[in-house]
Amino acid sequence: MHAISTNYLPIIIFLGLAIALGAILVLAAAIVAVRNPDPEKVSAYECGFNAFDDARMKFDVRFYLVSILFIIFDLEVAFLFPWAVAFKDVSMVGFWSMMVFLAVLTIGFAYEWKKGALEWQ
Amino acid sequence: MTVVLFTFYAFAVSTLLGGLMTVISRNPVHSVLWLILSFLSAAGLFVLLGAEFVAMLLMIVYVGAVAVLFLFVVMMLDVDFAELKAEMSKYMPLALLIGVIILMQLALALGVWGFSDGYQGRILAPVGTATNTAALGMLIYDKYLILFQLAGLILLVAMIGAIVLTLRHRVDIKRQSPVAQMMRDPALAMELKDVKPGQGL
Repeated sequence: MHAISTNYLPIIIFLGLAIALGAILVLAAAIVAVRNPDPEKVSAYECGFNAFDDARMKFDVRFYLVSILFIIFDLEVAFLFPWAVAFKDVSMVGFWSMMVFLAVLTIGFAYEWKKGALEWQ
Repeated sequence: MTVVLFTFYAFAVSTLLGGLMTVISRNPVHSVLWLILSFLSAAGLFVLLGAEFVAMLLMIVYVGAVAVLFLFVVMMLDVDFAELKAEMSKYMPLALLIGVIILMQLALALGVWGFSDGYQGRILAPVGTATNTAALGMLIYDKYLILFQLAGLILLVAMIGAIVLTLRHRVDIKRQSPVAQMMRDPALAMELKDVKPGQGL
């Protein structure tokens, strides 16, 4: 535990500085800046006409499909990391089990390519 | 050691704060952002425990991907805030009842909480000289082969399921065909006609 905490000490210091700097900038804007709110100034601006609607609207489910496919391959890569780190010591069974895993996901990849899920429209 | 202790408390407080604000935020988008804070603090706690790989995975998978998915879902819900507030008061008694029941169950569970003999030796079980990630790599693909392959099959099912459920091929639009574009012959694409003056084609 001690070795890990010393390894990560620079990151902790960096995190603290980043949080402090962010807080200072936000608070400085709240304290120092001149503020004269006006209905015209704070309303949503849409070029040339009054805003039709608020920004929250339904959008295409296609975005969702793209991000789900991304997550699946993200997880696949997450499984690859320990395998790659321990590659020298992994047994033959471990090597081939990863090959089978990759083959299964390649089948899925071929399926989604053929179905056209990777294409927009 | 005091730095470790201070960091632990800072991360623990921000995890709890993130979780609490996720529940009580009015705006669902803000809820998701608080949830991301909660995930990040949990990753910090994992680093303090010495589980680096799990911490990094939490950042990559949960913060990078799952939180984006949550944001998509929240955006797709098309929430009407005024309607939501009106509904809330209607279901408040039921929600309070469920909350009290869960609280009592938690109190019961924590009341009988105890440690077995020699637990201290087990929670500090040595992992050997290998780093975290390498130790996991030695286990997952060999000892837990079946579970690993099942995880692969679950991912395949998720992929196929997502495509089957959401992919609709529209027929009324023009599609791009890269092969047709590359195989195009410029000589056949254009024809020159000699037009005599004053006659037209």
